[in-house]
Amino acid sequence: MGSTSSTLSKIPNAEELSQETGFTSAHLARLFERFEALDKDKKGYLSPQDFEAIKELALNPICDRIIGAFFSSGQEMLDFSSFVRILAHFRPIDNNRPKEPNSPDPINSRINKLKFAFQLYDQDKDGKISRNELLQVLRAMLEKQVTEEQLESIADRTIQEADLDRDDAISFEEFRKSLEKVNIDHKMSIRFLR
Amino acid sequence: MINGYLDRKLQEVYSQYLQERLTCPGSSPGYSLTGVEGANSHPTAPTAFRVFSIVLWIMLASLAKLGFHWSGRIPAVVPESCLLIMVGLLVGGVIYGVRHTAPPVLSAEAFFLYLLPPIVLDAGYFLPGRLFFENLGTILWYAVLGTLWNVLGIGLSLYGLCRLGGWGLEEVSLLHFLLFGSLIAAVDPVAVLSVFEEIHVNEQLHILVFGESLLNDAVTVVLYKLFESFLRMPTVSSVDILAGGCQFVVVGLGAQVIAPLFVFLYSYLSYLTSEMLHFSGIMAIVTCAVTMKQYVEANVSERSNTTIKYFLKMWSSVSETLIFIFLGVSTIQDVHMWSWPFVSSTLFLCLLWRALGVLLLTAVVNKLRRNAVTFRDQFIIAYGGLRGAICFSLVFLIEDFPMKRLFITTTIVVILFTVFVQGMTIKPLVELLDVKRKKRALPTVSEEIHSRLLDHLLSGIEDVVGCWGQHYWKDKFEQFNTKYLKRFLIREDKQPKSSIVRLYQELERREQMGEDDEGTEDSQTQSRSLLPEEMDSIRKILSNNLRNFNNKHITAYSRHTLHQDFTVDASRKACLQRHHSMGERHSSNQTHNNQVHFSLIDTKSPRPVHNPAEVNLNGPIRVTSDGWADSSGPSLQNQEQAQASSTSRHMHIPKKLSFVLENEREK
Repeated sequence: MGSTSSTLSKIPNAEELSQETGFTSAHLARLFERFEALDKDKKGYLSPQDFEAIKELALNPICDRIIGAFFSSGQEMLDFSSFVRILAHFRPIDNNRPKEPNSPDPINSRINKLKFAFQLYDQDKDGKISRNELLQVLRAMLEKQVTEEQLESIADRTIQEADLDRDDAISFEEFRKSLEKVNIDHKMSIRFLR
Repeated sequence: MINGYLDRKLQEVYSQYLQERLTCPGSSPGYSLTGVEGANSHPTAPTAFRVFSIVLWIMLASLAKLGFHWSGRIPAVVPESCLLIMVGLLVGGVIYGVRHTAPPVLSAEAFFLYLLPPIVLDAGYFLPGRLFFENLGTILWYAVLGTLWNVLGIGLSLYGLCRLGGWGLEEVSLLHFLLFGSLIAAVDPVAVLSVFEEIHVNEQLHILVFGESLLNDAVTVVLYKLFESFLRMPTVSSVDILAGGCQFVVVGLGAQVIAPLFVFLYSYLSYLTSEMLHFSGIMAIVTCAVTMKQYVEANVSERSNTTIKYFLKMWSSVSETLIFIFLGVSTIQDVHMWSWPFVSSTLFLCLLWRALGVLLLTAVVNKLRRNAVTFRDQFIIAYGGLRGAICFSLVFLIEDFPMKRLFITTTIVVILFTVFVQGMTIKPLVELLDVKRKKRALPTVSEEIHSRLLDHLLSGIEDVVGCWGQHYWKDKFEQFNTKYLKRFLIREDKQPKSSIVRLYQELERREQMGEDDEGTEDSQTQSRSLLPEEMDSIRKILSNNLRNFNNKHITAYSRHTLHQDFTVDASRKACLQRHHSMGERHSSNQTHNNQVHFSLIDTKSPRPVHNPAEVNLNGPIRVTSDGWADSSGPSLQNQEQAQASSTSRHMHIPKKLSFVLENEREK
């Protein structure tokens, strides 16, 4: 554990980060090493170009949205604590933690995971997924496999299924409701980060 | 080996026949033979009799199955497999009573070569691929380690008990007990399938038990052959044991290598090849079915797809029925040897070791899994370890030794116990324990889309974090698949549709057919305004013929009387109109469609009075106001059109039936 402690000393606010995100120090150390590996120019922060340099990520249909989710506040520099905070969303939900009544939900709670996913759709951040935004995502995911008409009908159907207040857009509540049968913990957790 | 066996069997039947001829000449089965010389001049009589008896068995099996389904209440309580075994017992008893000789036994060759492959192929073809691969680690864990645990446990404890108990079995060697253990510990996919199909537990549990029963064949094959070969060798050295251990890997992997090389029609060949090379045939065929499924479905037409599915179901159904009936018949034997302590202790040990094994293995595997296997699930996994015909055939294949008859009897008792007792009680237990049941509904399109998005998101995050999780491998496989395999194995114009699109089409189709079976509709609904109906039918045809959409000018039209000029653009407008009015769809439209559907099927050849020209796949058609369609092509096209229309007509029937098929599977 010698290397872990030496890595840990390089991380500012390691204790607080660990508290806030729920990562153990071993994980934090590992993530820090990954952070440094991604930061090729040794700037001390990550930029979108560093993300784009990840080969497999570039092949992902929604890679720009994922990168956008990391740089959500519009800034171009991602420091380690923000990096870790985003990744904390993907920790498996630990059911054993005692629920303190007044503390906010942990970052990896189901609601927060869903909010993160919602954010991927809602690029203009108006709190709703409009038909256009849905179409864009569908287009990115289905690419050349379907025609424009099919895309539109699928998008229509999706909105029709989820849209309860008939405003032709999906709000976060409707989004959450449409996913209530899906095991979000299973789908949005990386075992690696337990 | 096979030929030798067949020869022997033929000789057996022939000599039996001769015996009958000599002892009771009056009751000959109708052959016009006068004596022994006469028999010699008709050497094909035994073969004909053999084929005759096979056909009779199949008929009996089908009748039993039909009768079973008509009887209504019984299937709810007694699983089909039990009833079939009982029928077999009856038949066996009758044969025994009439002829006073043992009825034909389920021969190992017939079982392994003809009866088992269709069932395993069917199982592999309809295996939920994604769920299977997600749980593959756990399944392998249970299959390999669990089976090993059971085999060694049962074998060694039986040996120990027999040494101590003094049941007259001291001469039986350890190896024999291990051999017995290896065949009795194997969970049988046929039995599991038939019982679990009726109890509808949640998919994860189902795939765990079922996957385990399929994959443990590799272990069983190896162990069985291992112990058998050890039995033949005078001495066993540690080198031999080591070599035996290596066989596992070879057998399991060898099956994987052989299987993907063959496509659908050759899956049987892959099974035979692997059996000949002493690999695990079951694993080969399962891998074959799972891998080739996507290529087959993409390459063949819709109709052939349905045909393939139907054939698979039919074959496997017949096989399964035959197997269970034969099990019943073969129970009535002269070769039984009973020993209370041995039989009861075997039974007890089987249950005990399975329970222990499942508990221990799950405790370990839960640490590595995301979704823990709950205690209730574990109970069902342990309780669902049914034995079946595989053990039965294997026990018959053992070389003769003094206690063989005891082993046979014990095997039969264990099989009957697990199938009857466990099979019948598992359903009430599932309800009692409130095990999580299968989700009945199809996922909504939203769920599918969002799930897909989350998959992409997760693989992206895995890439960022730099770990090679499940999504990474899945993505890599998909890329490989798309780049290489699909290009070679799938025709250009038939690239598979995304699962989102497929789900969407499926949902659309179901809504049009009316999920509540309201087929009765008075004919006056047909005289209502056709506009919504025509839009619905256009939508139906559009979704049915999506593969033609890539070429924009090709569209299929319904055969309804269309009241306005229709060009391709107009149809698009209607399509868009439909989008906006989707919210206003009301249920009467759906029942409407049902009737419309039937009218499509009922009309035979195109009669000029009513029907406009049929589906014209090669260009726009213009429909004039009096209901005639004017195809802008040579008359040669009429034949094409008739062809196309009959295809589209026929497409409706299989569509409806395949919908029923999927529905049945979902039940």
